[in-house]
Amino acid sequence: MAEFEPKVVAFVCNWCTYAGADLTGTSRMKYATNVRMIRLPCTGRIDFMLLLQAFGHGADGIIVSGCHPGDCHYSAGNFHARRRWMLFRELLDFAGIDLRRVHFSWVSAAEGAKWAELVNDVVNQVRALGPYDEFPKRLNRQSLEQLCSVEVGR
Amino acid sequence: MNELQQTAKDLLEKNAVAVVIGYGMGSEPSLRRAVFVRKPDQAPQLIFDESCRQNLAFYVLKPEVKALGKAAVVARTPTLRTLLQLATENQITDESVVALPVGNGSVQPLTNFAAIEQYLANVPRGFTAQEQQELAAIKSKTLADRWAFWKSELSRCIKCYACRAACPMCYCSKCIVEVNQPQWVPVPSDMLGNLEWNVIRAMHLAGRCISCGSCADACPAHIRIDLLNQLLATEAMQQFGAEPGLSVRKDYALATFKPTDKEEFIR
Repeated sequence: MAEFEPKVVAFVCNWCTYAGADLTGTSRMKYATNVRMIRLPCTGRIDFMLLLQAFGHGADGIIVSGCHPGDCHYSAGNFHARRRWMLFRELLDFAGIDLRRVHFSWVSAAEGAKWAELVNDVVNQVRALGPYDEFPKRLNRQSLEQLCSVEVGR
Repeated sequence: MNELQQTAKDLLEKNAVAVVIGYGMGSEPSLRRAVFVRKPDQAPQLIFDESCRQNLAFYVLKPEVKALGKAAVVARTPTLRTLLQLATENQITDESVVALPVGNGSVQPLTNFAAIEQYLANVPRGFTAQEQQELAAIKSKTLADRWAFWKSELSRCIKCYACRAACPMCYCSKCIVEVNQPQWVPVPSDMLGNLEWNVIRAMHLAGRCISCGSCADACPAHIRIDLLNQLLATEAMQQFGAEPGLSVRKDYALATFKPTDKEEFIR
């Protein structure tokens, strides 16, 4: 059987990390292809619900990344986000959700190498943890098939 | 006629308030319900004992109640704190509500926020030793056991939103669970939706919840949702010094920040 390949969703801000990841590519640096990037205006926009939605849709790991403190395009979005993450992490941990699957980072537009390193590291960690099957899924293939197989009476 | 009833009667007779929101007998001897006393001769309906647990500050924001005129609220300590927190969030203005503090000796009407602040300064704050122990007991479980615990708790949730209905801080005119484009939280009661709903509720109350426990009291499935709020209240207190409902001049912890906030978890 093929080795498990994790799905990692990265929520990144438009101004720093997305540009940083762009630099990784233009610098021809290779990194794990398991990551799916979702670009948002600012880390302040990354609602905690998006993270739960990612897990609910089958993500095995999550990266949240944006500008370093002081570098926010909107001055303070990342400071507000940081406070929210502090509490959200405590809540996830309390609820029994594995924090080793949720990674937070600051990656600037100049840190293409850091981005590659971060993604590789997270993917390796999540690969070692295995698929996140405990987390309830929104609509998996099985339930989708079940739903489609229901005959509608006239 | 006891002191509470007499105070309510006086306020209504003097036309200082149009309605007194208090506790009355419920449909069974052990049950209590909210009563809205609008005439002085109805004042004997008001009672207060240990069974009166609902946070009545919840009614102050209701349009139907506002339409009656100025209200006086029979207030336990959490209710007083709720009033101050509502004031911080610009939901009520000074001198628009009279609080009738109960459970601590005499019932002396508190007519403005300064008086409520002063009253609360002499009341013990924070969680009781028993409440702290309950939280610590869950924290000390392993990750898998915590997940199993919450899975079994939240699997009983039937999405009735009684917790939201009982919460004086849940006053959004359109709640996220009513948003259906996109549908953030699945409508039926399933594990993912139940988890999402309770996480959302806890997060939206983080740093604002005054820990009255009305949500857990209202839950027909007896889910300990108050523990989620208690965890975040404790964290918000320890990390940001958030003490909601003790002063009308305090910032909401998540609407502000410090450049020195902890970030060892961010790389």
